[in-house]
Amino acid sequence: MAAQRVARTNDEADHPSSPLLQFGPDRPLKLDAGTLLSPFQIAYQTYGALNDARSNAILVCHALTGDQHVASTNPVTGKPGWWEVLIGPGKIIDTNRFFVICSNVIGGCLGSTGPASTNPVTGKPYGLDLPIITIRDMVRAQAMLVDHFGIDKLFCVLGGSMGGMQVLEWAASHSERVFCALPIATGARHSSQNIAFHEVGRQAVMADPDWHGGKYLDFGKRPEKGLAVARMAAHITYLSEAALHRKFGRNLQDREALTFGFDADFQIESYLRHQGMTFVDRFDANSYLYLTRAMDYFDLAADHGGRLADAFAGTRTRFCLVSFTSDWLFPTGESRSIVHALNAAGASVSFVEIETDRGHDAFLLDEPELFAAINGFIASAARARGLGA
Amino acid sequence: MSVNRAQRVDLEVVTDLIPPNSRVLDVGSGDGLLLELLQETKQVDGRGLELSQRGVNECVARGLSVIQGDADTDLKFYPDKGFDFVVLSQTMQATRNPKIVLDELLRIGNRAIVSFPNFGHWRVRFSLLIKGRMPVTRDLPYSWYDTPNIHFCTIRDFVNLCEELGATVEKATALDAAGQKIGLSMPWWFWNFFGQQAVFLLKR
Repeated sequence: MAAQRVARTNDEADHPSSPLLQFGPDRPLKLDAGTLLSPFQIAYQTYGALNDARSNAILVCHALTGDQHVASTNPVTGKPGWWEVLIGPGKIIDTNRFFVICSNVIGGCLGSTGPASTNPVTGKPYGLDLPIITIRDMVRAQAMLVDHFGIDKLFCVLGGSMGGMQVLEWAASHSERVFCALPIATGARHSSQNIAFHEVGRQAVMADPDWHGGKYLDFGKRPEKGLAVARMAAHITYLSEAALHRKFGRNLQDREALTFGFDADFQIESYLRHQGMTFVDRFDANSYLYLTRAMDYFDLAADHGGRLADAFAGTRTRFCLVSFTSDWLFPTGESRSIVHALNAAGASVSFVEIETDRGHDAFLLDEPELFAAINGFIASAARARGLGA
Repeated sequence: MSVNRAQRVDLEVVTDLIPPNSRVLDVGSGDGLLLELLQETKQVDGRGLELSQRGVNECVARGLSVIQGDADTDLKFYPDKGFDFVVLSQTMQATRNPKIVLDELLRIGNRAIVSFPNFGHWRVRFSLLIKGRMPVTRDLPYSWYDTPNIHFCTIRDFVNLCEELGATVEKATALDAAGQKIGLSMPWWFWNFFGQQAVFLLKR
Protein backbone atom coordinates (compact mmCIF):
# COMPACT_ATOMS: atom_id res chain seq x y z
CA MET A 1 0.00 0.00 0.00
CA ALA A 2 2.70 2.45 1.06
CA ALA A 3 4.85 1.38 -1.89
CA GLN A 4 1.94 2.00 -4.22
CA ARG A 5 1.47 5.47 -2.79
CA VAL A 6 5.17 6.22 -3.25
CA ALA A 7 5.04 5.05 -6.86
CA ARG A 8 1.96 7.18 -7.37
CA THR A 9 3.64 10.22 -5.80
CA ASN A 10 6.68 9.77 -8.06
CA ASP A 11 4.42 9.46 -11.06
CA GLU A 12 2.27 12.49 -10.18
CA ALA A 13 5.33 14.76 -10.37
CA ASP A 14 5.61 14.50 -14.15
CA HIS A 15 2.28 13.05 -15.18
CA PRO A 16 -0.36 14.22 -12.74
CA SER A 17 -3.91 12.99 -12.89
CA SER A 18 -4.97 16.66 -12.74
CA PRO A 19 -5.44 18.91 -15.76
CA LEU A 20 -2.11 20.32 -16.83
CA LEU A 21 -1.03 23.61 -18.35
CA GLN A 22 2.36 23.48 -20.06
CA PHE A 23 4.45 26.52 -20.92
CA GLY A 24 7.02 26.11 -23.66
CA PRO A 25 10.32 27.93 -24.18
CA ASP A 26 8.41 30.96 -25.51
CA ARG A 27 6.73 31.49 -22.14
CA PRO A 28 9.29 31.05 -19.36
CA LEU A 29 8.60 31.73 -15.68
CA LYS A 30 10.74 34.61 -14.44
CA LEU A 31 12.12 33.66 -11.04
CA ASP A 32 13.19 35.93 -8.17
CA ALA A 33 16.44 33.92 -8.12
CA GLY A 34 17.30 35.80 -11.33
CA THR A 35 16.88 32.91 -13.76
CA LEU A 36 14.12 31.65 -16.02
CA LEU A 37 12.30 28.38 -15.50
CA SER A 38 11.48 26.90 -18.86
CA PRO A 39 9.73 24.80 -19.88
CA PHE A 40 7.45 24.45 -16.88
CA GLN A 41 4.01 23.15 -16.08
CA ILE A 42 1.15 23.82 -13.68
CA ALA A 43 -1.18 21.08 -12.45
CA TYR A 44 -4.55 22.34 -11.27
CA GLN A 45 -8.11 21.46 -10.40
CA THR A 46 -11.24 23.51 -11.01
CA TYR A 47 -14.72 23.20 -9.59
CA GLY A 48 -17.92 24.85 -10.78
CA ALA A 49 -18.29 26.96 -13.91
CA LEU A 50 -16.91 30.31 -14.96
CA ASN A 51 -19.75 32.76 -15.66
CA ASP A 52 -20.01 34.75 -18.90
CA ALA A 53 -18.61 37.89 -17.30
CA ARG A 54 -15.70 35.80 -15.90
CA SER A 55 -16.27 37.52 -12.59
CA ASN A 56 -16.99 34.57 -10.28
CA ALA A 57 -13.55 32.97 -10.04
CA ILE A 58 -12.04 32.11 -6.67
CA LEU A 59 -8.40 31.10 -6.45
CA VAL A 60 -7.50 28.87 -3.52
CA CYS A 61 -3.83 28.83 -2.51
CA HIS A 62 -2.63 25.72 -0.72
CA ALA A 63 -0.36 25.44 2.30
CA LEU A 64 3.10 23.87 2.59
CA THR A 65 2.07 20.23 2.30
CA GLY A 66 -1.25 20.82 0.52
CA ASP A 67 -2.01 20.38 -3.15
CA GLN A 68 -4.50 21.24 -5.87
CA HIS A 69 -7.02 18.64 -4.69
CA VAL A 70 -8.88 21.11 -2.50
CA ALA A 71 -12.40 19.78 -3.00
CA SER A 72 -12.03 16.38 -4.65
CA THR A 73 -10.47 13.05 -3.74
CA ASN A 74 -6.70 13.08 -3.55
CA PRO A 75 -5.32 10.61 -6.11
CA VAL A 76 -2.35 9.64 -3.92
CA THR A 77 -3.99 9.23 -0.52
CA GLY A 78 -7.54 8.47 -1.62
CA LYS A 79 -8.70 10.94 1.04
CA PRO A 80 -11.25 13.74 0.55
CA GLY A 81 -10.01 17.13 -0.65
CA TRP A 82 -8.22 19.10 2.08
CA TRP A 83 -10.82 21.89 2.29
CA GLU A 84 -14.02 20.00 1.50
CA VAL A 85 -15.51 21.23 4.77
CA LEU A 86 -15.55 24.69 3.21
CA ILE A 87 -15.68 24.23 -0.56
CA GLY A 88 -18.16 22.29 -2.67
CA PRO A 89 -21.73 22.32 -3.96
CA GLY A 90 -23.94 24.08 -1.39
CA LYS A 91 -20.97 24.69 0.93
CA ILE A 92 -19.88 28.12 2.17
CA ILE A 93 -17.77 28.51 -0.93
CA ASP A 94 -20.47 27.17 -3.19
CA THR A 95 -19.18 25.63 -6.38
CA ASN A 96 -22.68 25.91 -7.85
CA ARG A 97 -22.08 29.63 -7.74
CA PHE A 98 -18.33 30.18 -7.95
CA PHE A 99 -15.63 28.90 -10.24
CA VAL A 100 -12.94 27.61 -7.88
CA ILE A 101 -9.37 27.17 -9.10
CA CYS A 102 -6.59 25.52 -7.10
CA SER A 103 -3.16 24.79 -8.53
CA ASN A 104 -0.17 22.92 -7.20
CA VAL A 105 2.53 25.50 -6.40
CA ILE A 106 5.73 25.71 -8.40
CA GLY A 107 8.25 23.74 -6.34
CA GLY A 108 5.52 21.29 -5.29
CA CYS A 109 5.42 17.59 -6.10
CA LEU A 110 1.96 16.89 -7.44
CA GLY A 111 2.37 17.90 -11.04
CA SER A 112 3.55 21.50 -11.15
CA THR A 113 7.25 21.83 -11.92
CA GLY A 114 9.29 21.05 -8.83
CA PRO A 115 12.47 19.28 -7.76
CA ALA A 116 10.96 15.84 -8.47
CA SER A 117 10.04 16.86 -12.03
CA THR A 118 12.25 15.74 -14.89
CA ASN A 119 14.86 18.30 -15.88
CA PRO A 120 14.58 18.45 -19.68
CA VAL A 121 18.31 19.15 -19.95
CA THR A 122 19.46 15.99 -18.14
CA GLY A 123 16.45 13.76 -18.48
CA LYS A 124 16.71 13.17 -14.71
CA PRO A 125 14.79 14.73 -11.81
CA TYR A 126 15.86 18.31 -11.08
CA GLY A 127 16.76 17.63 -7.45
CA LEU A 128 18.72 20.61 -6.17
CA ASP A 129 19.36 21.87 -9.71
CA LEU A 130 16.00 23.56 -9.57
CA PRO A 131 16.49 27.26 -8.73
CA ILE A 132 15.15 28.45 -5.37
CA ILE A 133 11.44 29.23 -5.69
CA THR A 134 9.78 32.12 -3.83
CA ILE A 135 6.19 32.86 -2.86
CA ARG A 136 6.22 35.58 -5.52
CA ASP A 137 7.32 33.03 -8.15
CA MET A 138 4.42 30.78 -7.18
CA VAL A 139 2.02 33.70 -7.56
CA ARG A 140 3.55 34.71 -10.89
CA ALA A 141 2.88 31.21 -12.20
CA GLN A 142 -0.69 31.26 -10.83
CA ALA A 143 -1.26 34.56 -12.64
CA MET A 144 -0.28 32.83 -15.90
CA LEU A 145 -2.83 30.11 -15.13
CA VAL A 146 -5.49 32.76 -14.43
CA ASP A 147 -4.59 34.42 -17.76
CA HIS A 148 -5.13 31.06 -19.44
CA PHE A 149 -8.75 31.12 -18.25
CA GLY A 150 -9.18 34.64 -19.64
CA ILE A 151 -9.88 36.00 -16.17
CA ASP A 152 -8.86 39.63 -15.67
CA LYS A 153 -9.97 39.93 -12.10
CA LEU A 154 -10.40 37.17 -9.56
CA PHE A 155 -13.39 37.58 -7.30
CA CYS A 156 -11.47 36.19 -4.35
CA VAL A 157 -8.07 34.78 -3.47
CA LEU A 158 -7.94 32.81 -0.24
CA GLY A 159 -5.67 30.45 1.63
CA GLY A 160 -4.15 29.63 4.99
CA SER A 161 -0.55 29.56 6.21
CA MET A 162 1.74 29.41 3.14
CA GLY A 163 -1.47 29.80 1.14
CA GLY A 164 -2.12 33.02 3.08
CA MET A 165 1.34 34.28 2.12
CA GLN A 166 0.38 33.76 -1.53
CA VAL A 167 -2.87 35.65 -0.94
CA LEU A 168 -0.91 38.59 0.50
CA GLU A 169 1.52 38.46 -2.43
CA TRP A 170 -1.40 38.46 -4.88
CA ALA A 171 -2.91 41.47 -3.13
CA ALA A 172 0.42 43.29 -3.13
CA SER A 173 1.72 42.55 -6.62
CA HIS A 174 -1.54 42.07 -8.56
CA SER A 175 -3.97 44.15 -6.51
CA GLU A 176 -5.98 45.23 -9.55
CA ARG A 177 -6.71 41.56 -10.26
CA VAL A 178 -8.05 40.73 -6.78
CA PHE A 179 -11.52 41.91 -5.75
CA CYS A 180 -11.27 40.45 -2.26
CA ALA A 181 -8.57 38.66 -0.32
CA LEU A 182 -8.82 36.26 2.59
CA PRO A 183 -5.45 35.46 4.18
CA ILE A 184 -5.91 33.06 7.09
CA ALA A 185 -3.49 32.10 9.88
CA THR A 186 -0.55 33.69 8.14
CA GLY A 187 2.03 36.45 8.31
CA ALA A 188 3.63 39.04 6.07
CA ARG A 189 6.98 37.48 6.91
CA HIS A 190 8.32 34.30 8.40
CA SER A 191 9.49 34.88 11.97
CA SER A 192 12.88 33.82 13.24
CA GLN A 193 11.23 31.03 15.23
CA ASN A 194 9.44 29.76 12.12
CA ILE A 195 12.68 29.77 10.11
CA ALA A 196 14.28 27.88 13.00
CA PHE A 197 11.66 25.12 12.91
CA HIS A 198 12.03 24.83 9.14
CA GLU A 199 15.79 24.58 9.44
CA VAL A 200 15.41 21.68 11.88
CA GLY A 201 13.22 19.93 9.31
CA ARG A 202 15.62 20.53 6.45
CA GLN A 203 18.60 19.35 8.45
CA ALA A 204 16.72 16.18 9.35
CA VAL A 205 16.13 15.48 5.64
CA MET A 206 19.70 16.26 4.68
CA ALA A 207 21.11 14.12 7.51
CA ASP A 208 19.39 11.05 6.11
CA PRO A 209 22.01 9.05 4.09
CA ASP A 210 19.25 8.18 1.62
CA TRP A 211 19.02 11.85 0.66
CA HIS A 212 22.19 11.49 -1.47
CA GLY A 213 22.82 15.22 -1.72
CA GLY A 214 19.34 15.63 -3.16
CA LYS A 215 19.83 13.01 -5.92
CA TYR A 216 17.94 10.21 -4.16
CA LEU A 217 15.51 9.61 -7.03
CA ASP A 218 18.48 8.80 -9.29
CA PHE A 219 19.42 6.07 -6.79
CA GLY A 220 15.85 4.81 -6.47
CA LYS A 221 15.80 5.91 -2.84
CA ARG A 222 13.87 8.37 -0.66
CA PRO A 223 15.07 9.96 2.60
CA GLU A 224 12.04 8.69 4.44
CA LYS A 225 13.45 8.74 7.96
CA GLY A 226 14.69 12.31 7.64
CA LEU A 227 11.49 13.58 6.09
CA ALA A 228 9.40 11.79 8.72
CA VAL A 229 11.35 13.50 11.50
CA ALA A 230 10.90 16.85 9.73
CA ARG A 231 7.18 16.24 9.56
CA MET A 232 6.99 15.17 13.21
CA ALA A 233 8.70 18.36 14.38
CA ALA A 234 6.57 20.53 12.11
CA HIS A 235 3.37 18.79 13.12
CA ILE A 236 3.89 19.83 16.74
CA THR A 237 3.95 23.46 15.62
CA TYR A 238 0.60 23.03 13.87
CA LEU A 239 -1.11 22.02 17.12
CA SER A 240 -1.26 23.62 20.54
CA GLU A 241 -0.16 22.41 23.92
CA ALA A 242 -3.78 22.47 25.10
CA ALA A 243 -4.98 20.41 22.15
CA LEU A 244 -2.18 17.88 22.53
CA HIS A 245 -2.93 17.52 26.21
CA ARG A 246 -6.64 17.19 25.59
CA LYS A 247 -6.12 14.55 22.92
CA PHE A 248 -3.23 12.51 24.35
CA GLY A 249 -2.30 13.69 27.82
CA ARG A 250 0.33 11.28 29.17
CA ASN A 251 -1.72 8.30 28.00
CA LEU A 252 0.18 5.12 27.18
CA GLN A 253 -0.05 3.45 23.80
CA ASP A 254 -1.50 -0.11 23.92
CA ARG A 255 0.22 -0.90 27.18
CA GLU A 256 -0.42 -0.83 30.90
CA ALA A 257 2.95 0.44 32.08
CA LEU A 258 6.14 2.13 30.93
CA THR A 259 8.48 -0.32 29.18
CA PHE A 260 11.74 1.29 30.31
CA GLY A 261 12.84 1.46 26.70
CA PHE A 262 12.58 3.73 23.66
CA ASP A 263 9.49 2.27 22.09
CA ALA A 264 6.56 4.59 21.59
CA ASP A 265 5.26 4.23 25.15
CA PHE A 266 3.14 7.34 24.92
CA GLN A 267 0.22 7.89 22.59
CA ILE A 268 1.67 11.18 21.43
CA GLU A 269 4.84 9.41 20.27
CA SER A 270 2.86 6.82 18.37
CA TYR A 271 0.69 9.55 16.85
CA LEU A 272 3.68 11.59 15.67
CA ARG A 273 5.41 8.52 14.22
CA HIS A 274 2.24 7.76 12.29
CA GLN A 275 2.06 11.35 11.02
CA GLY A 276 5.68 11.11 9.87
CA MET A 277 5.25 7.72 8.17
CA THR A 278 2.13 8.61 6.22
CA PHE A 279 3.57 11.96 5.13
CA VAL A 280 6.66 10.48 3.43
CA ASP A 281 4.48 8.32 1.19
CA ARG A 282 2.80 11.32 -0.34
CA PHE A 283 5.45 14.03 -0.33
CA ASP A 284 8.79 14.58 -1.99
CA ALA A 285 11.63 15.44 0.40
CA ASN A 286 13.31 17.97 -1.89
CA SER A 287 9.97 19.63 -2.47
CA TYR A 288 9.75 20.01 1.32
CA LEU A 289 13.12 21.76 1.28
CA TYR A 290 12.11 24.14 -1.51
CA LEU A 291 8.72 25.06 -0.10
CA THR A 292 9.98 25.65 3.45
CA ARG A 293 12.68 27.87 1.93
CA ALA A 294 10.06 29.82 -0.01
CA MET A 295 8.22 30.53 3.23
CA ASP A 296 11.45 31.52 5.02
CA TYR A 297 12.32 33.99 2.27
CA PHE A 298 8.90 35.64 2.35
CA ASP A 299 9.06 39.18 3.72
CA LEU A 300 6.50 41.42 2.07
CA ALA A 301 7.64 44.59 3.84
CA ALA A 302 11.25 44.05 2.76
CA ASP A 303 10.03 43.79 -0.84
CA HIS A 304 8.52 47.27 -0.44
CA GLY A 305 11.27 49.34 1.09
CA GLY A 306 10.74 48.01 4.61
CA ARG A 307 7.27 49.48 5.05
CA LEU A 308 4.47 46.95 4.91
CA ALA A 309 1.81 49.61 4.27
CA ASP A 310 3.58 50.45 1.00
CA ALA A 311 2.93 46.90 -0.21
CA PHE A 312 -0.76 47.79 -0.21
CA ALA A 313 -0.60 51.46 -1.25
CA GLY A 314 -3.67 52.51 -3.22
CA THR A 315 -5.25 49.06 -3.01
CA ARG A 316 -8.97 48.72 -3.67
CA THR A 317 -9.05 45.07 -2.66
CA ARG A 318 -11.31 44.16 0.26
CA PHE A 319 -9.48 42.19 2.93
CA CYS A 320 -10.55 39.85 5.67
CA LEU A 321 -7.87 38.43 7.94
CA VAL A 322 -8.38 35.56 10.33
CA SER A 323 -6.16 34.32 13.16
CA PHE A 324 -6.60 31.72 15.89
CA THR A 325 -5.94 32.30 19.58
CA SER A 326 -3.87 29.13 20.04
CA ASP A 327 -1.82 29.43 16.82
CA TRP A 328 1.80 29.83 17.92
CA LEU A 329 3.21 29.46 14.40
CA PHE A 330 1.38 32.55 13.13
CA PRO A 331 0.11 34.22 16.31
CA THR A 332 -2.57 36.90 16.16
CA GLY A 333 0.08 39.65 16.34
CA GLU A 334 1.25 38.68 12.84
CA SER A 335 -2.24 39.27 11.43
CA ARG A 336 -2.66 42.40 13.49
CA SER A 337 0.46 43.99 12.02
CA ILE A 338 -0.92 43.31 8.52
CA VAL A 339 -4.22 44.90 9.60
CA HIS A 340 -2.39 47.99 10.84
CA ALA A 341 -0.52 48.24 7.54
CA LEU A 342 -3.79 47.92 5.64
CA ASN A 343 -5.34 50.62 7.86
CA ALA A 344 -2.41 52.87 7.07
CA ALA A 345 -2.95 52.19 3.37
CA GLY A 346 -6.62 53.13 3.77
CA ALA A 347 -7.72 49.65 2.71
CA SER A 348 -11.06 48.04 3.47
CA VAL A 349 -10.24 45.41 6.06
CA SER A 350 -12.01 43.07 8.43
CA PHE A 351 -10.16 41.07 11.03
CA VAL A 352 -11.41 38.28 13.25
CA GLU A 353 -9.53 36.29 15.83
CA ILE A 354 -11.16 32.91 16.45
CA GLU A 355 -11.11 31.46 19.95
CA THR A 356 -9.96 27.84 19.68
CA ASP A 357 -7.39 25.50 21.24
CA ARG A 358 -6.75 23.66 17.97
CA GLY A 359 -3.68 25.69 17.02
CA HIS A 360 -2.48 26.61 13.53
CA ASP A 361 -4.29 23.69 11.88
CA ALA A 362 -7.64 25.12 12.97
CA PHE A 363 -7.96 26.73 9.53
CA LEU A 364 -8.37 23.27 7.99
CA LEU A 365 -10.96 22.12 10.51
CA ASP A 366 -14.66 22.56 11.06
CA GLU A 367 -14.62 25.86 12.98
CA PRO A 368 -18.12 27.41 12.94
CA GLU A 369 -16.91 30.91 13.77
CA LEU A 370 -14.34 30.78 10.98
CA PHE A 371 -17.03 29.69 8.56
CA ALA A 372 -19.40 32.43 9.75
CA ALA A 373 -16.72 35.05 9.13
CA ILE A 374 -15.83 33.69 5.68
CA ASN A 375 -19.51 33.42 4.80
CA GLY A 376 -20.28 37.02 5.84
CA PHE A 377 -17.23 38.40 4.08
CA ILE A 378 -17.79 36.48 0.82
CA ALA A 379 -21.52 37.27 0.76
CA SER A 380 -20.97 40.99 1.25
CA ALA A 381 -18.15 41.09 -1.32
CA ALA A 382 -20.29 39.13 -3.81
CA ARG A 383 -23.05 41.73 -3.45
CA ALA A 384 -20.54 44.51 -4.06
CA ARG A 385 -19.22 42.63 -7.10
CA GLY A 386 -22.73 42.25 -8.48
CA LEU A 387 -22.72 38.48 -8.11
CA GLY A 388 -26.28 37.50 -7.22
CA ALA A 389 -27.00 34.94 -4.54
CA MET B 1 -21.12 49.93 23.42
CA SER B 2 -21.21 51.18 26.94
CA VAL B 3 -24.75 52.46 27.07
CA ASN B 4 -27.68 50.08 27.24
CA ARG B 5 -30.71 51.17 25.38
CA ALA B 6 -33.02 49.55 22.90
CA GLN B 7 -33.84 52.81 21.18
CA ARG B 8 -30.72 54.58 20.01
CA VAL B 9 -32.20 57.88 18.90
CA ASP B 10 -28.70 59.34 18.70
CA LEU B 11 -27.95 56.92 15.82
CA GLU B 12 -30.63 58.59 13.73
CA VAL B 13 -29.16 62.00 14.52
CA VAL B 14 -25.70 60.73 13.50
CA THR B 15 -27.08 59.20 10.30
CA ASP B 16 -28.75 62.49 9.35
CA LEU B 17 -25.38 64.25 9.53
CA ILE B 18 -23.74 61.96 6.97
CA PRO B 19 -24.31 62.47 3.22
CA PRO B 20 -24.67 59.44 0.93
CA ASN B 21 -21.59 57.56 -0.31
CA SER B 22 -19.28 59.01 2.36
CA ARG B 23 -16.27 57.14 3.71
CA VAL B 24 -17.02 56.50 7.37
CA LEU B 25 -15.03 55.02 10.25
CA ASP B 26 -17.13 54.02 13.25
CA VAL B 27 -14.93 53.87 16.35
CA GLY B 28 -16.51 51.55 18.91
CA SER B 29 -18.83 49.98 16.37
CA GLY B 30 -20.27 47.47 18.85
CA ASP B 31 -22.64 45.07 17.17
CA GLY B 32 -22.57 47.08 13.95
CA LEU B 33 -25.96 48.78 14.35
CA LEU B 34 -24.83 52.19 13.10
CA LEU B 35 -22.68 50.80 10.27
CA GLU B 36 -25.58 48.70 9.03
CA LEU B 37 -27.94 51.68 9.24
CA LEU B 38 -25.47 53.86 7.32
CA GLN B 39 -24.93 51.22 4.65
CA GLU B 40 -28.64 50.71 4.13
CA THR B 41 -29.73 54.33 4.14
CA LYS B 42 -26.64 56.17 2.88
CA GLN B 43 -24.67 53.53 0.95
CA VAL B 44 -21.54 54.60 2.79
CA ASP B 45 -18.14 52.93 2.51
CA GLY B 46 -18.12 52.00 6.18
CA ARG B 47 -15.40 50.56 8.43
CA GLY B 48 -15.53 49.72 12.10
CA LEU B 49 -13.12 49.48 15.01
CA GLU B 50 -14.40 47.55 18.00
CA LEU B 51 -12.81 46.44 21.26
CA SER B 52 -14.86 43.30 21.87
CA GLN B 53 -13.79 40.33 19.76
CA ARG B 54 -17.29 38.88 19.98
CA GLY B 55 -18.78 42.08 18.56
CA VAL B 56 -16.21 42.08 15.75
CA ASN B 57 -16.85 38.46 14.76
CA GLU B 58 -20.60 39.12 14.66
CA CYS B 59 -20.10 42.20 12.49
CA VAL B 60 -17.85 40.37 10.03
CA ALA B 61 -20.28 37.46 9.85
CA ARG B 62 -22.89 40.03 8.83
CA GLY B 63 -20.64 41.31 6.08
CA LEU B 64 -19.44 44.49 7.78
CA SER B 65 -15.85 45.63 7.47
CA VAL B 66 -14.75 45.66 11.09
CA ILE B 67 -11.51 44.99 12.91
CA GLN B 68 -10.73 44.32 16.54
CA GLY B 69 -8.89 47.20 18.13
CA ASP B 70 -8.72 49.77 20.89
CA ALA B 71 -9.61 53.43 20.28
CA ASP B 72 -6.93 54.41 22.80
CA THR B 73 -4.09 52.66 21.00
CA ASP B 74 -5.04 51.76 17.44
CA LEU B 75 -6.22 55.02 15.87
CA LYS B 76 -2.61 55.98 15.22
CA PHE B 77 -2.45 53.41 12.41
CA TYR B 78 -4.96 55.32 10.27
CA PRO B 79 -3.71 57.90 7.77
CA ASP B 80 -4.54 61.63 7.95
CA LYS B 81 -7.93 62.53 6.48
CA GLY B 82 -8.53 58.96 5.33
CA PHE B 83 -12.25 59.27 6.00
CA ASP B 84 -14.97 61.82 5.36
CA PHE B 85 -16.44 61.12 8.80
CA VAL B 86 -15.13 59.44 11.90
CA VAL B 87 -17.88 58.58 14.37
CA LEU B 88 -17.42 58.06 18.08
CA SER B 89 -20.85 57.02 19.24
CA GLN B 90 -21.43 56.52 22.97
CA THR B 91 -17.84 55.38 23.34
CA MET B 92 -15.84 58.45 24.41
CA GLN B 93 -16.70 58.05 28.09
CA ALA B 94 -15.19 54.54 28.04
CA THR B 95 -11.81 55.59 26.62
CA ARG B 96 -8.74 56.04 28.82
CA ASN B 97 -7.74 59.30 27.18
CA PRO B 98 -10.69 61.07 25.52
CA LYS B 99 -8.59 64.12 24.63
CA ILE B 100 -6.08 62.10 22.61
CA VAL B 101 -8.85 60.04 21.04
CA LEU B 102 -10.71 63.19 19.98
CA ASP B 103 -7.50 64.65 18.59
CA GLU B 104 -7.02 61.46 16.54
CA LEU B 105 -10.60 61.59 15.24
CA LEU B 106 -10.02 65.11 13.98
CA ARG B 107 -6.78 64.00 12.30
CA ILE B 108 -8.24 60.91 10.61
CA GLY B 109 -11.57 62.38 9.49
CA ASN B 110 -12.45 65.50 7.56
CA ARG B 111 -15.18 65.70 10.17
CA ALA B 112 -15.74 63.98 13.46
CA ILE B 113 -19.11 63.09 14.95
CA VAL B 114 -19.20 62.48 18.68
CA SER B 115 -22.23 61.39 20.66
CA PHE B 116 -22.15 60.98 24.43
CA PRO B 117 -24.37 60.91 27.51
CA ASN B 118 -24.50 64.31 29.21
CA PHE B 119 -23.39 64.11 32.83
CA GLY B 120 -24.83 67.58 33.35
CA HIS B 121 -28.39 66.33 32.89
CA TRP B 122 -30.68 67.29 35.77
CA ARG B 123 -31.30 63.66 36.79
CA VAL B 124 -27.59 63.13 37.26
CA ARG B 125 -27.26 66.35 39.23
CA PHE B 126 -30.34 65.46 41.25
CA SER B 127 -29.03 62.02 42.17
CA LEU B 128 -25.76 63.40 43.45
CA LEU B 129 -27.20 66.51 45.10
CA ILE B 130 -30.23 65.08 46.84
CA LYS B 131 -29.60 61.35 47.15
CA GLY B 132 -25.85 61.63 47.52
CA ARG B 133 -25.45 58.60 45.28
CA MET B 134 -23.67 58.09 41.98
CA PRO B 135 -26.36 58.26 39.34
CA VAL B 136 -27.80 55.07 37.87
CA THR B 137 -30.27 55.94 35.12
CA ARG B 138 -31.84 54.23 32.14
CA ASP B 139 -29.04 55.53 29.91
CA LEU B 140 -26.32 54.91 32.48
CA PRO B 141 -27.37 51.66 34.10
CA TYR B 142 -24.05 50.72 35.71
CA SER B 143 -23.03 51.00 39.34
CA TRP B 144 -19.89 53.01 40.06
CA TYR B 145 -17.83 49.86 40.69
CA ASP B 146 -18.63 47.99 37.48
CA THR B 147 -19.02 50.76 34.94
CA PRO B 148 -16.88 50.76 31.80
CA ASN B 149 -17.56 54.48 31.64
CA ILE B 150 -14.55 56.11 33.25
CA HIS B 151 -14.57 59.60 31.71
CA PHE B 152 -17.94 61.26 31.91
CA CYS B 153 -18.35 64.87 30.93
CA THR B 154 -21.07 67.45 30.56
CA ILE B 155 -21.99 69.24 27.36
CA ARG B 156 -20.20 72.35 28.67
CA ASP B 157 -17.07 70.31 29.45
CA PHE B 158 -17.08 68.89 25.95
CA VAL B 159 -17.44 72.30 24.32
CA ASN B 160 -14.42 73.45 26.32
CA LEU B 161 -12.39 70.44 25.17
CA CYS B 162 -13.28 71.18 21.55
CA GLU B 163 -11.98 74.72 21.99
CA GLU B 164 -8.75 73.38 23.52
CA LEU B 165 -8.26 71.10 20.52
CA GLY B 166 -8.99 73.86 18.03
CA ALA B 167 -12.08 72.09 16.74
CA THR B 168 -15.02 74.00 15.34
CA VAL B 169 -18.50 72.87 16.35
CA GLU B 170 -20.35 72.81 13.03
CA LYS B 171 -23.51 71.41 14.48
CA ALA B 172 -24.69 70.23 17.86
CA THR B 173 -27.83 68.44 18.88
CA ALA B 174 -29.08 67.64 22.37
CA LEU B 175 -31.72 65.03 22.99
CA ASP B 176 -33.96 65.19 26.03
CA ALA B 177 -35.09 62.25 28.13
CA ALA B 178 -37.84 61.46 25.61
CA GLY B 179 -35.34 61.38 22.76
CA GLN B 180 -36.65 64.68 21.37
CA LYS B 181 -34.29 67.29 19.97
CA ILE B 182 -33.97 70.37 22.12
CA GLY B 183 -34.70 73.58 20.25
CA LEU B 184 -31.74 75.29 18.62
CA SER B 185 -32.67 78.66 20.10
CA MET B 186 -32.12 77.42 23.64
CA PRO B 187 -28.96 78.61 25.47
CA TRP B 188 -26.09 76.21 26.39
CA TRP B 189 -27.10 76.08 30.07
CA PHE B 190 -30.52 74.82 29.05
CA TRP B 191 -29.00 72.12 26.84
CA ASN B 192 -26.62 71.18 29.60
CA PHE B 193 -29.47 70.82 32.07
CA PHE B 194 -32.11 69.09 29.96
CA GLY B 195 -30.03 67.28 27.34
CA GLN B 196 -29.64 63.63 28.21
CA GLN B 197 -27.47 62.92 25.19
CA ALA B 198 -25.55 65.16 22.82
CA VAL B 199 -24.33 64.73 19.26
CA PHE B 200 -21.60 67.02 17.94
CA LEU B 201 -20.35 67.53 14.40
CA LEU B 202 -16.77 68.79 14.55
CA LYS B 203 -14.17 69.99 12.09
CA ARG B 204 -10.59 71.19 12.39
